[in-house]
Amino acid sequence: MSSDPQALPNVPRNPGVPLQTEWFDAVAVNTSAAERRAATLVTRRTVKKEWQAAWLVNAIRCIDLTTLAGDDTDNRVARLCAKARQPLADHIMAGLGLDDLHTGAVCVYPTMVPAAVRALQGTGIPVASVATGFPAGLMPLHLRLAEIRWAVDQGADEIDIVISRAHVLTQNWQALYDETAQMREACGAAHMKAILATGELRTLRNVYKASMVAMQAGADFIKTSTGKEGVNATLPVSLVMARALRDYGQLTGYKIGFKPAGGMKTAKDAISWQILMKEELGNDWLQPDLFRLGASSMLGDIERQLEHHVTGRYAASSRHALA
Amino acid sequence: MPTVKEILNTMDYGPAPEATGEVMKWLKGRNFGHFINGAFTTPTSSFAVGNPATAEVLAEVGQGTVADVTAAVAAARAALPAWSKLPGHERAKWLYAIARSVQKRERFLSVLETLDNGKPIRETRDIDVPLVARHFYHHAGWAEMLADEFPGAQAVGVCGQIIPWNFPLLMLAWKIAPALAAGNTVVLKPAEYTPLTALAFAEICAEIGLPKGVVNIVTGDGDTGAAMVNAEVDKIAFTGSTDVGRIIRKATAGTGKKLTLELGGKSPFIVFADADIDAAVEGVVDAIWFNQGQVCCAGSRILVEEGIADALTAKLKARLATFRVGDPLDKSTDMGAIVHPVQLKRIRELVAQGQAEGAVLHQAECQMPAKGSFFAPGFFTNVAPANTVAEVEIFGPIATLTTFRTLDEAVELANNTRYGLAASIWSENVNLCLDVASKVKAGVVWVNSTNIFDAGAGFGGYRESGFGREGGREGMWEYLTLPEPKTKPEADPTPLNTAPVIQAPSKGEAPIDRTPKLYIGGAQKRPDSGYSYAVMGKSGLSGLAGLGSRKDVRNAVEAAHKASGWGKATAHNRAQVLYYIGENLSARAAEFAATLRETGASDAAAKAEVELSVRRCFYYAAQADKFDGAVHATKSAHVTLAMPEPFGVMGIVCPNTAPLLGFVSLVLPAIAMGNRVVALASQNQPLAVTDLYQVFDTSDLPGGVVNILTGPRDDMAKTLADHDDVAALWYAGSAEGARLMEIASAGNLKVTWGLPPRDWASAAGQGREYLRRATQVKNIWVPYGE
Repeated sequence: MSSDPQALPNVPRNPGVPLQTEWFDAVAVNTSAAERRAATLVTRRTVKKEWQAAWLVNAIRCIDLTTLAGDDTDNRVARLCAKARQPLADHIMAGLGLDDLHTGAVCVYPTMVPAAVRALQGTGIPVASVATGFPAGLMPLHLRLAEIRWAVDQGADEIDIVISRAHVLTQNWQALYDETAQMREACGAAHMKAILATGELRTLRNVYKASMVAMQAGADFIKTSTGKEGVNATLPVSLVMARALRDYGQLTGYKIGFKPAGGMKTAKDAISWQILMKEELGNDWLQPDLFRLGASSMLGDIERQLEHHVTGRYAASSRHALA
Repeated sequence: MPTVKEILNTMDYGPAPEATGEVMKWLKGRNFGHFINGAFTTPTSSFAVGNPATAEVLAEVGQGTVADVTAAVAAARAALPAWSKLPGHERAKWLYAIARSVQKRERFLSVLETLDNGKPIRETRDIDVPLVARHFYHHAGWAEMLADEFPGAQAVGVCGQIIPWNFPLLMLAWKIAPALAAGNTVVLKPAEYTPLTALAFAEICAEIGLPKGVVNIVTGDGDTGAAMVNAEVDKIAFTGSTDVGRIIRKATAGTGKKLTLELGGKSPFIVFADADIDAAVEGVVDAIWFNQGQVCCAGSRILVEEGIADALTAKLKARLATFRVGDPLDKSTDMGAIVHPVQLKRIRELVAQGQAEGAVLHQAECQMPAKGSFFAPGFFTNVAPANTVAEVEIFGPIATLTTFRTLDEAVELANNTRYGLAASIWSENVNLCLDVASKVKAGVVWVNSTNIFDAGAGFGGYRESGFGREGGREGMWEYLTLPEPKTKPEADPTPLNTAPVIQAPSKGEAPIDRTPKLYIGGAQKRPDSGYSYAVMGKSGLSGLAGLGSRKDVRNAVEAAHKASGWGKATAHNRAQVLYYIGENLSARAAEFAATLRETGASDAAAKAEVELSVRRCFYYAAQADKFDGAVHATKSAHVTLAMPEPFGVMGIVCPNTAPLLGFVSLVLPAIAMGNRVVALASQNQPLAVTDLYQVFDTSDLPGGVVNILTGPRDDMAKTLADHDDVAALWYAGSAEGARLMEIASAGNLKVTWGLPPRDWASAAGQGREYLRRATQVKNIWVPYGE
């Protein structure tokens, strides 16, 4: 591996457990109650002034700065990496009293991994690669596993796999478990984030069950979305996943990371999801080893807000470096 | 202030105080008078109103005297004719202006409410004030449509309204909006601890130029409230404690003042094993840890299925660990200050008593502010219904947690209370939820949710949680009356004679003696007294009737309770029985007419009374499956069902005249709606009613649905009014009798209806009003979404 792996440095890695459907078979998730909790969570807590600034800085520490576009090129990825290394303009850093800050990781397609690895050499910023036929995952399993191995070979520290939605929709937990466990094995030392594509699982019970199977199969992180579904990260879905990983932690003692991804664009979103983490899981889930925000444009909005915090003037994005 | 770097290590929320500058400027040095006849008075004697979170004085407020109340009532009386005659559209415009003004002042009102009451700014900002605006908008609509939607109804008059301190501005809105929409004028007394938003509201009335005298605000303590109750008002609407409600019930008895009471509660929060436990935990947060637990409908009795009790307890404890108690003005505060040191003391004493009785307290270990009235939220385990804290309303942020084994036991525990305000039911099984919803005695039922309110849905209690509804169509009826029917005086009950009445010797064959007994549980029972009394007709002795007494009332009520299947029968079933009664009555029309002739009725009148009685059977049979509820338009993705439910066991005191028709006119609507009835027949002429025993026996009417007692009507009426297991009582008799009945009803706060004597053959003897009075509305909230 070309960069020092940073993912989960302080957390004993989840080895997974045999499939145990009784952990989730009878799970009850009341949708309207989850929606109500999600809606009021962010009205019950707020952060202002220095605290708001600090929470936004913390969000940057947890961002998986992402480009997953068909027109990605090595240079485009290099530009993204430059932003990941230096996410805020110098005067903002100075104004905040910070000397060192980078994003949680950079997240790219497999063929972009070499470019990202080169661009992040020596920074300690992990490279995350999507794999397994992202975003739909409808490729033969051996090819999906080969894709994981290839990305790891190229130096990816983290692999964001997609689960087979069909197995969830048909409630074929054994198939989902076996496949995901094989993916985990293929990841080797690289950490595995399991993307559930919750927008396609439809019910919150399915989200809970898929979360539980992914964790039982050894996922280091569970992640909401690819960013390509019709509905991506939402607070109610995130709430249910947070509760699932809390339950898994109580049953096994292992801490699992959480990554909402897709659709989160604003600094306000960054605060909202952190409030959700702190309230439902505690401060450990405000650290990049257990929490990532899969986002691309969110960083720009955070930088604008932080500039306003430092200067008292509203900012223009044209004055900030493009990701 | 810590640096960004330091905060990154702690990831604390930090302070986020709501600014108070504008409100403090408004309060500065204020000594508020009352708002009477469109202007503020100069206060003569005042008391200080404090901020419970800091113990600082916010303002001085006038102590309302009898003279102040009298002046306010006079102003409201003077404003009444013009206001009540305004076209609905004109009143709608005023209510609309109030709603808009509340919205324009939303932050001001939120901050002021938080300062005065101690509740967190999140609640005043997101719940109280938006609901206030919604309430006025909703009722602007009722004003607009009044003539169409409530044809023939008119305003009650001057309404005295007394509100509590837990939702000061919201309770004001619940009281004033429907009153004004219906064309009433009001005198409102806010609670002694929290009068400030009412005074700000008075300024809004002045600002928009509301006609003077329509809204009057008199501040003060319980003495001021007492003055209001005794003032020349046409209605008292009270929200507050059950004890005070009972005093008001007695004080207004016999005065003709219309009364609504929204009182205390000890509402069950029932969690079944298949519930989403995390959702239920947040439900507890929204139930008992909302508004410092100072919520009449708070789910204060957590009932949990045994199998998940440990899991729920553990999750509740974990949830308490992240609970934030403190500065109510801080936007990250979950729970603010208890309204007043007096209330804090009461909570502390009750909690200490709970612990002394062996209950185990689990309380949030949060950092409490150094000054102000704060109490950490929590709950009791190891607590049984026999413990004080499981029975008494704590009105603070402490719930009790008790386990149950089966659905039946859950319902039994839920209903094991003198109250009946609300219930919350948690299960993913909609069949179970609706089954329990139908069985709990509560005016508001929330399925997988709690403490959800909307102006479009009625709110109010069963049992000792009071009577009357606020919100929606049923709430409007509380501020409307139908024109009183023309009264038709009736004969006073004559003294009862149990001695033999000597008759001339018979010249013909010996007649077979026929003596009706009492009709209890579907069978004729000898009166407990062992006496009969003489029923005198136009030609002397008509016959003998049983002399009922206290114990017969007791037995009849017990029999009525046993006939509980009647309320669960389909409306169609009940209709069939009513039709059948009509059929059998018709078949014996000549015999009934003869009995009525014997009471002195002319041949034509007797025939007409029987024929009309048969028609009433058809009318209420027809209504049985047609007088039904509604689905209210409240929040999106919620079905809010308004279901008229029978009271259960009703007492009906029948008029002394029109013995058959009076009885039929009162008893049929009651049983058509599913009630069981203990009816006291006409004292002077009971034989037309006792002849019905056989009609009922042959009409498939289940035993115990109608129980009939003859004898000293008003003595037995007193026993019925006193009876704690009778839920409602109708009295068709003298004004004095009605007064006594209303006083006696205060014991269990039963719903009463005094019907002035009337021509029972007229239109006033039949109609939907009787059905409305025979039911109470249960609002069931069912959120949906998958």
